[in-house]
Amino acid sequence: MFEWILSALIIIGAFFTLVGSIGLYKLPDFFMRLHGPTKATTLGVGALLIASALYFSFKTDDISLHEILITVFLFITAPVSAHLMAKAAIHIKLKQVKRTQNEIK
Amino acid sequence: MLETALFIGFAMVSIAIFLSFLRLIKGPDVPDRILALDTLYINSIALLVLLGLYFQSALYFEAALLIAVMGFVGTIGLSKYLLRGDIME
Amino acid sequence: MKTLFNKILPHPVLTLVLWGVWLLLNNTIGAGHIVLGLILAIFIPWLTSGFWPEKIRIQSPFTLLKFLGVVLWDILVANMSVAKLILSPNKNLKPGFFYIDLDIQTPLGISLLANTISLTPGTVSCDLTEDRKQLLVHALHIEDIPATIKEIKERYEAPLKKVFTAC
Repeated sequence: MFEWILSALIIIGAFFTLVGSIGLYKLPDFFMRLHGPTKATTLGVGALLIASALYFSFKTDDISLHEILITVFLFITAPVSAHLMAKAAIHIKLKQVKRTQNEIK
Repeated sequence: MLETALFIGFAMVSIAIFLSFLRLIKGPDVPDRILALDTLYINSIALLVLLGLYFQSALYFEAALLIAVMGFVGTIGLSKYLLRGDIME
Repeated sequence: MKTLFNKILPHPVLTLVLWGVWLLLNNTIGAGHIVLGLILAIFIPWLTSGFWPEKIRIQSPFTLLKFLGVVLWDILVANMSVAKLILSPNKNLKPGFFYIDLDIQTPLGISLLANTISLTPGTVSCDLTEDRKQLLVHALHIEDIPATIKEIKERYEAPLKKVFTAC
């Protein structure tokens, strides 16, 4: 039972990490590409880290919680770096896809 | 059971790293490359966590934490450089 | 009494966070680390209080907890919907920019709102105007802009405004 939960968490985490990178690769312009990594990867890595915390807590006698630290760190920093990258892209006037509504010139 | 899941996870994360790498080469602009680097950092954290589970060692955690911190600082530094043409003033 | 408390603990929230992070980093709850962490958690805010001119006051902790729950749930839902959008053909996506008029004034509230927007359904905060009145947001797929703005304001901005009001 425990192994099933762990395996499910690992597959879910790896899947979302993969989806983030697929988005990075196939979406047509920079601002749309920004969405893939900032969202999918936070949950992907989050699920993997929860799996790791569960595994080390149950395999050894001690409770292992320091994985939470990386999760929290990523949840705080991912939006900040996305914001700064978007700001930089607007600053150097990166082209947007034609169908963008309210295009920024 | 767990081992099979870990191998599938390794395969998926490796493909993710490969796709980010392709975007890093392709560009076409500087922000795209910064974003690809940022994604590579996060993907490598995922790979390190999986390795830690596979080898049953907590040592990989420290490396993952360091990559998380350094990756964030690197991304911020590069974006600031684009914004101002200068990192510190 | 109140002033003495403020002098020893200039930022109680920061102290608690530092203590928690120290214990998590060392991954123990041994007595030695609890004491050492407490000493560091009291000493560091006191030493760096010059860098933190703004005092953080949390008005209603219950609203904050409820808000955290809502945001975590929305992150889960957002990931599903964004994954679906990415994997489906990208020709049908309608990306767009829009401005949100801000009601919150405190810098901490604004930054938390921007972070929340970036983490939840298909939206990334891109820029804040110089006068801190408007937030530029990019959406991956948007059909009804006013409805989205209304939802963000009701769901995220209202509780944040209630928790972090200027004091």
